[in-house]
Amino acid sequence: MDIHEYQAKEILAALGVPMPRGGLAYSPEQAGYRARELGGSAWVVKAQIHSGGRGEAGGVRLCRSEEEVRDYAATLFGRSLVTKQTGAQGKQVYRVWVEGASDIAQELYLGFVLDRKSERIMIVASGHGGMEIEDLAETDPDSLRRMVIDPAVGLADYQARELAFGLGLRGGQVAQMVNILRACYRAYRDLDATMVEINPLVVTGTGDLVALDAKMSFDTNARYRRPQIAELRDPSQEDPREAHAADAGLAYVGLDGDIGCIINGAGLAMATMDMIKLAGGEPANFLDIGGGASPERVAQAFRTVLSDGNVGVILVNIFAGINRCDWVAEGVVKAYRAENLTLPVVVRLAGTNVEEGRRIIAESGLPLITADTLAEAADKAVAARLDRAA
Amino acid sequence: MAIVIDSTTRVLVQGMSGRIGQFHAAEMIEHGTNVVAGVTPGKGGTEVLGRPVFDTVRAAVEATGAEASLVFVPPPFAADAIMEAADAGIRTAVCVTDGIPAQDMMKVKRFLRRYPAERKMRLIGPNCAGVISPGQGFMGIMPPHIYLPGRVGIVGRSGTLGYEAASQMQALGIGVSTSVGIGGDPINGSSFRDILELFEADPGTDAVMMIGEIGGPQEAEAAAYVREHMTKPVVAYVAGLSAPKGRKMGHAGAIISAFGESAQEKVEILSAAGIAVAPNPSAMGETMARVLSSRAAA
Repeated sequence: MDIHEYQAKEILAALGVPMPRGGLAYSPEQAGYRARELGGSAWVVKAQIHSGGRGEAGGVRLCRSEEEVRDYAATLFGRSLVTKQTGAQGKQVYRVWVEGASDIAQELYLGFVLDRKSERIMIVASGHGGMEIEDLAETDPDSLRRMVIDPAVGLADYQARELAFGLGLRGGQVAQMVNILRACYRAYRDLDATMVEINPLVVTGTGDLVALDAKMSFDTNARYRRPQIAELRDPSQEDPREAHAADAGLAYVGLDGDIGCIINGAGLAMATMDMIKLAGGEPANFLDIGGGASPERVAQAFRTVLSDGNVGVILVNIFAGINRCDWVAEGVVKAYRAENLTLPVVVRLAGTNVEEGRRIIAESGLPLITADTLAEAADKAVAARLDRAA
Repeated sequence: MAIVIDSTTRVLVQGMSGRIGQFHAAEMIEHGTNVVAGVTPGKGGTEVLGRPVFDTVRAAVEATGAEASLVFVPPPFAADAIMEAADAGIRTAVCVTDGIPAQDMMKVKRFLRRYPAERKMRLIGPNCAGVISPGQGFMGIMPPHIYLPGRVGIVGRSGTLGYEAASQMQALGIGVSTSVGIGGDPINGSSFRDILELFEADPGTDAVMMIGEIGGPQEAEAAAYVREHMTKPVVAYVAGLSAPKGRKMGHAGAIISAFGESAQEKVEILSAAGIAVAPNPSAMGETMARVLSSRAAA
């Protein structure tokens, strides 16, 4: 789960990470007011959306008067900002953050991530901040410093010092960096984050460290014990189809194709999508219906897939272990009738109670297309799509 | 022969008193698994499915000699249940639970390192379908009838995709020695490499089907092991060729977030290690059949 920059800044500031003073605005007028309230002669206005690359997309600007703050903010509100991470539909701006401009002498990169190799929290830092970490890893890999934290001990001060000295920091900056590292680690550990990033972390003209940006993501598996984080969720930043599916307990990812998929198991779902692509089609979505697929759940999955207007064919592929093919078949028949479907539906069932499931499909009298194997199901779905398009 | 579990393995079930635990324990017993006990804190002294239930894993191990545990405990308590099993002397734990926080798993992995190698528990999962040695026994939630007993090992992240492989092989008359689901989480107990080592050492296994997916470094690590240490042929498939970067595809660990984590890159790494990679998920069985017959001819 992602949160906004201003929310991440509030969390980290409360733990002692130095930040420029700033304020949140929900309207252009409020943005202008924030600038006056903060004082000074230059402000940075930043669109609050769940995405990196906002600067390149025109979502961040340095403004030199209250009017400029207000006018620029007016261009952001309600606008859909398209960054390289959002996809073509972009993300709507409903909030902007206004903060006093900083005097920048050097930009650093600082990130805390889950390192899957060591299976521990890893700090990644670089003396060359500002750009995305992926680009940094490509253009300047030697500048990256990595440090793995032992979960039984936590971040040791010597590690933090080593990192600070390694980045070329000196004097009082070292102690400042140690404090920042400690704060980020505490935020990561105590709030079940999966990522904490400060990019850039700048050295100001007076030689002090200040976080100009902040990004945090959280482990959805730990939501049950972090209600304060769950409250930071902003549904306006989520794909409405995905948010709706998540509320119904389905794992759904919207894609650009037209063959809707309803599958049990994440691996089989990915494999089915691959198979559709090889057969010459494009999947409209990833959907894992999970274990214990009751007829109600199958119906819910149909509604979710159909909420995507591009879908022209639906492919149901169930390999039942704890699931039962007869339940799934019942669900398919029910959903087909309840939704008054006219588009082609290809059904492939295998595993527990498969004979019973196939019988229910055959005796339903509905024009369901059946398949015995994964390859056959994908071929038939693509063929049905082409027939329909013709 | 088989790995991890055979007909003699004394199995206990943590969380056997719950509805799901009881359902699957009954299936396991019906298919010949030697289930000796259950553990549910507070239910000690009762019986489920004719097996004694204990309050602690330690008490269950002392009374029954249980050596393997199947963990069916809800996410908030699962990490603790795994550590309890490790400390009580369980040799292998299989955890089916989906949704354990990543930092809990970090702690579990760190905890397991407290024990010397000869006493260290092997953990399989979490978020996995379990382990089955067809005809001998199983610990997990898979449908046992789709596995033909035989001499090919299966190791994969995904449960249902593992079923798909087993049934394609069954259709071609190829049987399975043991099938191991290592689970879809970013931090898991046993890696592909760990399980490949067991298959390499198992006289009952002639070849291995390895089913990977996008995300994480474990397929690449397995490729290096196969190239350098493995004498038995390995066939692989990697799911997620059509998955977009940066999106989580159901499994918490199925996300392309670093170089080498896309399906295409993994296929290249595996192929370079001499592994026969099935071109699509429908060809897992036939690719294995081809590799086995060329092996037999050689």
